[in-house]
Amino acid sequence: MKKSPVVTIVAIGIGAALFFVLGRFVAIPSPVPNTNISTQYGLLAFMAGLFGPVAGLLIALIGHALIDFSYGWGIWWSWVIASGAAGFIMGLAARKLALGGGEFGGKQIVRFNVYQIVAHLVAWVGIAPVLDILIYQEPSDKVFLQGLMAGAANIVTTAVIGTLLCLAYSKTRPKSGSLKKED
Amino acid sequence: MTNLFNYIQRSSPIHRLTGAAKFACLLLWSLAAMTTFDTRILLPMPIVACILFFLSRIRFREVKVLFWFTFVFMVLNNALIYVFAPEHGVELYGARHVIWSGIGRFTLTQEQLFYHLNVILKYLATIPMVILFISTTQPSEFASSLNRIGVSYKIAYSVSLALRYIPDIQREYRDISTAQQARGLEMADKKQSLVKRLKNAAAMLFPLIISSMDRIELIANAMELRGFGKGKKRTWYSARPFQTADYVCVALCAGLLLLSVGMSVLRHSRYFNPFS
Repeated sequence: MKKSPVVTIVAIGIGAALFFVLGRFVAIPSPVPNTNISTQYGLLAFMAGLFGPVAGLLIALIGHALIDFSYGWGIWWSWVIASGAAGFIMGLAARKLALGGGEFGGKQIVRFNVYQIVAHLVAWVGIAPVLDILIYQEPSDKVFLQGLMAGAANIVTTAVIGTLLCLAYSKTRPKSGSLKKED
Repeated sequence: MTNLFNYIQRSSPIHRLTGAAKFACLLLWSLAAMTTFDTRILLPMPIVACILFFLSRIRFREVKVLFWFTFVFMVLNNALIYVFAPEHGVELYGARHVIWSGIGRFTLTQEQLFYHLNVILKYLATIPMVILFISTTQPSEFASSLNRIGVSYKIAYSVSLALRYIPDIQREYRDISTAQQARGLEMADKKQSLVKRLKNAAAMLFPLIISSMDRIELIANAMELRGFGKGKKRTWYSARPFQTADYVCVALCAGLLLLSVGMSVLRHSRYFNPFS
């Protein structure tokens, strides 16, 4: 299915708005005090898987920057950039997933999750701590532990919410090649 | 709800600056604060920010909530840094002046305190500027200002779409939430297990996201019918031409960034080190 560039632009806008609303208002308190389960990364993986790497990158960048703006703590650049990178890597799965085609079975579930796990690891255990050290010179133990915890939590929520979203969405789409010409 | 980003309408010199100039200044200013660890540069920045705040005629109590959010965040982050590396400053500055030998590994050194001072100054330099930016810039002008500073208009339009649809999506989320509660979804119980909470969230998120997919198609069709994306440029209703004051502000902030980077390059280090 070929998508017009306008669809991608709108998807970025609506995706960023959803990312913002989920991140800002749909925080589920986790058992660890002062931390929330970020449902928005499940959405990000799904949207990136549907609309591709550029959309994934920009949804995460815009959505995350808007969340930071609305809290007023400035843009925490290191984590915003890490979010963007996660969205980009998740989007690389898009071409092979073909979510719009209506098929999402065992093989696609594995592929989707491999991409999202790699994306989260690169973002939260790679990019975010390294940038935190570069910008704020924070102690490396602290940033890597923080990154590891955020990464693990995000991988689990993305695996649950993202996969279920893909399943639900693919059911609403007609399967490609489901129409046959009558003899 | 309409005022998600805390925009406050006033008449002040800061409000009169164009959104593009303010956004460029914010970027340059925060980059300057991020790159340096020179206390002599970091110390005047919060003071200048406070003066600008005063000029903007925004009162402190109007942005109190935003300020406290960040303040708590800053305190927590500093506490975490200390717990993980009580002698991080000693490593960075290469000297050790003990004030109090402390308990176990938790010592108190001048270098550590100086490092924390710099981290706090970095926060204090950027926080007021961000709050100033969001409370003096109209969100719709923000999108057009992105285009102004060189971002492709298609991406700027995505940002403007996001800002436009955040209230709609919030409203739809609330509708879905009430509808699900009317059908018996238990939300009020504070002692629910985590799995139950996740299930509840899913029951609201899925309808919201799937219906948003339809919305994307609808908006994209409407935009395509009106020929969006055909031209190389587009104009913005909320864009204003640059005035002298805008040029001056951007030039000053660019100068600050140059100074911050220049000092680091000349000294071959980002630190101002009073201990060596």
